[in-house]
Amino acid sequence: MYESNEHLQTLTEIRGLMERSSKFLSLSGLSGVSAGVIALAGAAVVHLRLRTDWFSLINYQRLELYSNATHRQIQQFLLLVGVTVLVLALLSGTYFTVRKARRQGLSIWNMASRRLAWALAVPLIAGGLFCLALFHYQLIWLAFPSTLIFYGLALLNGSKYTIRDVESLGYCEVILGMIALFWPGNNLLTWALGFGVLHVAYGLAMYYKYERNTA
Amino acid sequence: MRDLLVHFNKAFESKARLNIMSVLMVNDSMSFNALKELLGLTDGNLATHLRALEESGYLLIQKQFIGRKPNTTYSATDPGRQAFTDHLNALEEFIKNL
Repeated sequence: MYESNEHLQTLTEIRGLMERSSKFLSLSGLSGVSAGVIALAGAAVVHLRLRTDWFSLINYQRLELYSNATHRQIQQFLLLVGVTVLVLALLSGTYFTVRKARRQGLSIWNMASRRLAWALAVPLIAGGLFCLALFHYQLIWLAFPSTLIFYGLALLNGSKYTIRDVESLGYCEVILGMIALFWPGNNLLTWALGFGVLHVAYGLAMYYKYERNTA
Repeated sequence: MRDLLVHFNKAFESKARLNIMSVLMVNDSMSFNALKELLGLTDGNLATHLRALEESGYLLIQKQFIGRKPNTTYSATDPGRQAFTDHLNALEEFIKNL
């Protein structure tokens, strides 16, 4: 009996090592929650500034109503909010993940996290440049769903190197992005859903699934 | 019971060696330092186990330089993968039959 316990323990240890060495498991649920809250705040700022209701905002036809100068102003404003949200979300997300890794006594910059970072970075940078190009050609209404789609694809690509659940979040973002493509009047709403609500929901789910007991 | 143990691989008798192989099964290659950190072994201890596994032909050592620093990476060979799988299967059988 003693021996079987020992072998079971060996098998568990091997399993743990295989997972720990190939995947970055310190991704914190709180990172998702904070990124989501920041995105929601960003969406709220845009909503208040443009003072239009959620359902008609950043519609192509609506932007046509503005003069060229206002148009450019709105464009710059949206870009500024977008970049601010991105930077703040990345910072807060990194903070909670680094904190979790410290608590687990694991290193942050290892083989697994490097692979994850690379897998995420390639589609994100390509997608980011693509969206900037859309902005450049004044196709703002297309840039919103595109950010969702590229972000979702980046998550799908990165999910191989981290917690499996990231894959589900990736699928949700891609699907939402495609819906948004053919539902152009509701860009801010779908964007807030994708980057805000989905992140908060995913983050809370992860937090209760993996971290509640250890935090 | 005895005949089940026949399939247990002598090279994997030490837990450290089994752990090294399990890491190399899921990673194409791994540096000495990364292995050390993952397994929590001392330099000398890890080096001894790595040498033993290399002598069994279960892993491949690649030495190269990154700038001026020597960097040694290890990867599992096909016989190594086979041996590891066989050993795990034997371990599983052993537990099932108890």
